[in-house]
Amino acid sequence: MHFSKDHEWVRLDGDVATVGITQYAADALGDVVFVETPDAGKVVTKGDGFAVVESVKAASDVYAPVSGEVIEGNAALASAPETVNADPEGEGWFAKIKVSDTSTEGLMDRAAYDAFLASL
Amino acid sequence: MRYLPLTPDDRSAMLAAIGAKSIDDLFVDVPEAARRNGFVDLPRVAGELEVERALGAMAAKNVSAGSAPFFCGAGAYKHHVPATVDHVIQRSEFLTSYTPYQPEIAQGTLQYLYEFQTQVANLTGMPVANASLYDGSTAMAEGVLMATRVTRRNKAVISGGVHPHYVRATETVVHAVGVETQVLPAAVDAEADVIAQIGPDTACVVVQTPNVFGTATDVSKIAEAAHAAGALLIVVVTEAVSMGLLKSPGEMGADIFAGEGQSIGNALNYGGPYVGLFATRDKLVRQMPGRLCGETVDADGTRGFVLTLSTREQHIRRDKATSNICTNSGLCTLAFTIHMSLLGETGLRKMALLNHEKALATRDALAAIPGVEVLTPRFFNEFAVRLPKPAAEVVEALAQHRILAGVPYSRLAPAAGMDDVLLVAATEMTMDADIEILASALAKACA
Amino acid sequence: MSTMNTVGRPTTPNRVESKPATLTGGRGLLQNEHLIFEGDGWDKTGVDLPEPKTDGSDLGDLVRHDPIGLPGLSEPETMRHYVRLSQKNHAIDLAIYPLGSCTMKHNPRLNEKMARLPGFSDIHPLQPQSTVQGALELMDTLSHWLKTLTGMPAVALSPKAGAHGELCGLMAIRAAHEASGQHEQRRKVLVPTSAHGTNPATAAFVGYTVVEVAQTDDGRVDVADLASKLGDDVAAIMVTNPNTCGLFERDILEISRLTHEAGAYFYCDGANFNAIVGRVRPGDLGVDAMHINLHKTFSTPHGGGGPGAGPVVLSAALAPFAPAPWVVHDADGYRLIEREEDEAAQAFGRLCAFQGQMGMYTRALSYMMSHGSDGLCQVAEDAVLNANYLKARLSDVMSAAFPNGPCMHEALFDDEWLKGTDITTLDFAKAMIDEGFHPMTMYFPLVVHGAMLIEPTETESKQELDRFIHAMRALAEAAKAGDVDRFKGAPFHAPMKRLDETRAARTPVLRWTAPEGSNIAAE
Repeated sequence: MHFSKDHEWVRLDGDVATVGITQYAADALGDVVFVETPDAGKVVTKGDGFAVVESVKAASDVYAPVSGEVIEGNAALASAPETVNADPEGEGWFAKIKVSDTSTEGLMDRAAYDAFLASL
Repeated sequence: MRYLPLTPDDRSAMLAAIGAKSIDDLFVDVPEAARRNGFVDLPRVAGELEVERALGAMAAKNVSAGSAPFFCGAGAYKHHVPATVDHVIQRSEFLTSYTPYQPEIAQGTLQYLYEFQTQVANLTGMPVANASLYDGSTAMAEGVLMATRVTRRNKAVISGGVHPHYVRATETVVHAVGVETQVLPAAVDAEADVIAQIGPDTACVVVQTPNVFGTATDVSKIAEAAHAAGALLIVVVTEAVSMGLLKSPGEMGADIFAGEGQSIGNALNYGGPYVGLFATRDKLVRQMPGRLCGETVDADGTRGFVLTLSTREQHIRRDKATSNICTNSGLCTLAFTIHMSLLGETGLRKMALLNHEKALATRDALAAIPGVEVLTPRFFNEFAVRLPKPAAEVVEALAQHRILAGVPYSRLAPAAGMDDVLLVAATEMTMDADIEILASALAKACA
Repeated sequence: MSTMNTVGRPTTPNRVESKPATLTGGRGLLQNEHLIFEGDGWDKTGVDLPEPKTDGSDLGDLVRHDPIGLPGLSEPETMRHYVRLSQKNHAIDLAIYPLGSCTMKHNPRLNEKMARLPGFSDIHPLQPQSTVQGALELMDTLSHWLKTLTGMPAVALSPKAGAHGELCGLMAIRAAHEASGQHEQRRKVLVPTSAHGTNPATAAFVGYTVVEVAQTDDGRVDVADLASKLGDDVAAIMVTNPNTCGLFERDILEISRLTHEAGAYFYCDGANFNAIVGRVRPGDLGVDAMHINLHKTFSTPHGGGGPGAGPVVLSAALAPFAPAPWVVHDADGYRLIEREEDEAAQAFGRLCAFQGQMGMYTRALSYMMSHGSDGLCQVAEDAVLNANYLKARLSDVMSAAFPNGPCMHEALFDDEWLKGTDITTLDFAKAMIDEGFHPMTMYFPLVVHGAMLIEPTETESKQELDRFIHAMRALAEAAKAGDVDRFKGAPFHAPMKRLDETRAARTPVLRWTAPEGSNIAAE
């Protein structure tokens, strides 16, 4: 699993990346009330906004940690946005993306991300 | 000065507590060059009496609608508002309270907003309404922007029957973000031409019913055509009382409702403040601009109300907000709610029929005048007539005799080539004697 | 024998320790009031109207027949319903309402009386101009006051609220750039990180890209950062002065000079004008456009959320682009310019159907005339004095965000002083409610952690300020002493406890719906 500075995570399985927001981001947001996931077929570029997550106190853009084409957005979040709080790094995934480039350059591993969090 | 409680002793004590020698010390950050010491061009403090005299003199120079035979409409209507309404909105807790951001001490405001949202939804036949916008014209502009967001298309087709000032206010705002508007030519039955203009790039079709010429239309077919093309139908209503008699926009297939609520609870007020009504379908609710009040419970499980879905709004979403709106129409919204509560459906229907009755009587009286042609085939409380002379001249001539004969269409759209068209409105307040005076004066003016 | 009535006379009460909950949920003067839809008023009406002589059948299929879903109440029921609701609201007329950046000053009732004169309230926006010369005179007089107080040559009256005014100002700026052929290249607007959300929202609304400008450690715009971001791709800057931290931008003259040198315009958010009215003219600071919130500085009522009014004063460069309509005064009297031709040929358009918020103009002018220029100057002075007094009397128990130097009309604190108490700004605010006060503005501006922005305004007496200070100091002490439950569970004494906002947002219920199986209308 890899992490971005904007608190997104990526799990790569061959050329399919599952992405979401980290526990830290979910905790900062508070109760998530709504998630806007991208449609299948949408082309995303690393660093661009590709989803929106709304809580009672904030609405945040979620930035793509990888580039590629969306295979599916997590439809379950539409009826159960609280999943993002309950299991942000598992069931609360946002989208599956077919990546155009499998390199994880610029992303941190778990240890590096934890160190990054400690520095905030 | 009567509104300033601090005494000179208070000020000295406070300056001492702060550790400042004089008030100027507190303004130390103001650049020297920008400091002022009074204004020669403005008068000094005045007591209540003096202010009343000055403003009373200005007010006396105006011909009020209640002091003359009155037939103006075109987006603002004179109705009778029961005394209770104005009394209640002046209660301290309503007049001097703020936006309900602390819901525990604002349930008064929140509960009436919830009632208002329900009243508007039911009146318009739509599933969900917001807590009001500034007025009908800005509501229409917001509706067009919302439709472009939802459909991801860029073009609005606007019927020639929509109020020209509403069209202009909409164009002003939507052009800034690159939305194209196709405004169809003005016509009394403009709705007939709309379907032909709908295309695959149409985000929304905007129609007004009753339209600015008073024509009431069943827009269901337009709704079907819009939906078939993947576009949204926006229905605009400038006379809210009309929905007490006519089929609701929701029933006719509207996706977005944008209207003016001034007719219920609010005086003419020379154009403002008014109440924008906005409603939409359930699945579009997150794209709806403006404040929303929602039901919830408190820590004890007691039902209560809060502003909700606020993350769409400016104070959170900032540059990605659905709109830049901060205020709603507060007291005007409350006035609408109270008046509507007094009326109820029974009262509203009766009031609507009375409006229609008076308009029919006025139409009959004017139709009998040689040279005057009634243009509107079916209407609620307003209709258009063609005069043998420019309408603006005739209106001015009648105004000299203290008769407010209606609104010349040229006032709204000087370049439309309809200088001889006059818009005439009647409401439950129109008296038979007024109609006689109007008819007789009009006959003379048109001879 | 005389029969005196000796029974049932109240004497000295016995002290009773227990405090039983009420049996019905009512609490003394407060009742739990249901929704109008939950009564039985589906056929009732509180308005007596004559029987109509038509049944609408001439309109055939256009007539609506199904139940609409609008209950009616008799007059006494209506009065009671809304008076009961009103009792659940806090209000300026009850206590200090210290919301920073809102300017919750006293709402004079003379203003209400003036606005209701039939000559003002009962005139139609499209009546012939010869029949409303007094209304046009009022608009012209208000314009004169606004232009004189701000030192600006022109004013657009029609915006219906502050945010609408921001829209007006930015659209005028955009029109000016379009006229000089520079719009395509100038697509950026610079906005400080401390700005009110309407600023970036408005800029985006008008089609601009928002670029943030940093803040210095002493709470002002970082001029070096601003200078580095200004260029020929910038249309405007949007700066609030005094700023959202309650501080006067000392370098304002430099800021406007740099902006103009770069060919951009200076939009000023005038929300905090109350601090400087009568003492400083924005025109002298290089401002090109500034909206004025009549419902803040000029006392028109907040009304639970509106209506507002946001006229925009404009510099000579932007004046030609002002939206229609506006008033001119010439030898023939007062004229309303509505057509976008001749003198209004460059107007950027129209912002609303009619003239704007006339009802608020009357109220504002009544307020201005009452104060006069000397009174308004005193307003700013007392507003600034009151805020500094609060800051001085609270800074030892709370942490001022910018302790060095005076503040203007509002004092900003952060939550540094609550560290280690487990109590948040939100918790503290809710406890203020129990003490009888509306909380200050919380979590704004965003640049300060756990922000608490306190604006008393000039209409608070020293007695009320001292009462407020006493409550704040007592609460601060309680917070530091570890009295956590008082804050976490607050409010305990308000009409409602804390509400579940998550639930309201996850499953929005935005209207009353008839229960299943009932034959009442509505979805």
